[in-house]
Amino acid sequence: MLKVDEIQNGVVIDHITAGTGMALYHLMELEKLPDASVALLQNVRSQKSGKKDIIKIEGDISKINFDVLGYLDPQISITCIENGHIAKKIRPDLPKRLVNVIKCKNPRCITAIEEGCDHIFELTPSGRYRCVYCEEEFRVKP
Amino acid sequence: MRHLIDPLDFTMEESLRLMDLADRIRQDPTAYQDVAARKKLATLFYEPSTRTRLSFEAAMLNLGGKVLGFPDAGVSSASKGETVADTIRVISCYADIAAMRHPKEGAPLRASRYSRIPVINAGDGGHSHPTQTLLDMLTIRRRKGRLDNLTIGFCGDLKFGRTVHSLIKSLARCEGMKFILISPEELRVPDYIIHEFLEPKNIPFMEVRSLEDALPDLDILYMTRVQKERFFNEEDYVRLKNSYILTEAKLGLAREDMAVLHPLPRVNEITLDVDNDPRAAYFEQVQNGVYIRMALIMTLLGLKDPLTGEVAFEC
Repeated sequence: MLKVDEIQNGVVIDHITAGTGMALYHLMELEKLPDASVALLQNVRSQKSGKKDIIKIEGDISKINFDVLGYLDPQISITCIENGHIAKKIRPDLPKRLVNVIKCKNPRCITAIEEGCDHIFELTPSGRYRCVYCEEEFRVKP
Repeated sequence: MRHLIDPLDFTMEESLRLMDLADRIRQDPTAYQDVAARKKLATLFYEPSTRTRLSFEAAMLNLGGKVLGFPDAGVSSASKGETVADTIRVISCYADIAAMRHPKEGAPLRASRYSRIPVINAGDGGHSHPTQTLLDMLTIRRRKGRLDNLTIGFCGDLKFGRTVHSLIKSLARCEGMKFILISPEELRVPDYIIHEFLEPKNIPFMEVRSLEDALPDLDILYMTRVQKERFFNEEDYVRLKNSYILTEAKLGLAREDMAVLHPLPRVNEITLDVDNDPRAAYFEQVQNGVYIRMALIMTLLGLKDPLTGEVAFEC
């Protein structure tokens, strides 16, 4: 089995739905982290779900937006490591605003035809995301 | 600078001030005939809507202003693929204010984010039509003398009927309102209207199927047309288009002082014999639409009321 060293200072994002790790990598803009080492493990064997993806980040994690994970995959666990020990677990909140994370599927929406138009969704008080342009709901998958 | 994109962009207080101004215009139109002299309104209509476009143009002309624009997308740069964002940036160089009608929902909001002039949403797909909402409220207030403690019935297509959604959202801000939502199951009001605008404020509402049962309780009956252009499936349209038809005979079940509103155009959902009934208020709505659009244009342009020396509210 592929082995990746344990990290000393950073974060482990575990229990990612298999096959979605790369999408998370891009949505969290991990490619823009200047000084962190990032490992993406795909299709790791899992007793709980059969297989899963894992992302390990060694280095400064202060600029990472973990909230986007709350929307994408509520099953994800986020564990911060300091000096080789678990420092804390993060439970991501649903972000109030999603820009180009999900696409509006309403064919009547201006985003369907307007070039360069961001797909912007805002969280409603009832926990649903609604397109700011057409108010079409996008239900978060359980 | 402010725009009117969503029916809730103005507070209830601001909406009432607009209605007050509209009432003053109605009483003395000549006092306002030069208020917008040397100002230009651009009517950007990406889909034909002769009624709404002419109402905006009449409003601007009544104020002494000028109008320019296009009546459908085929004669605009949209047919060449120009974005809404680019179009409004160009129009901002030509006019002082713009009214936009667009088949795509959210297009006026998109335009407002790139505009250097106030943008008025003149209807975006099945989404919003805020000036219709203002004229509806003006008509209700003129007929009933108040905008509170009323039982309002909405009948017909409550799913795709944007005027219904906008009016419910707006009137949900008034005290003592009660809504009776009359529609077939397939055309019932979207859940979010109920969950986010009615239930949180404990506003009483009922969803019913029978117009006849609801009629005796209503202060206002807001009829709607089942619009063919909102359906993807012709079979569904044909099946539902004749769900509710208001006749003079059915009006016998209603109160003498009830008012019948309709955003127009109607097809067959209100029979012609209702037109002569004093409860028919739908042509008054058309006239009120010109007055409220005059008030809106004045206010968004920051033009003072010549009778009071003040703007309705700061924009």
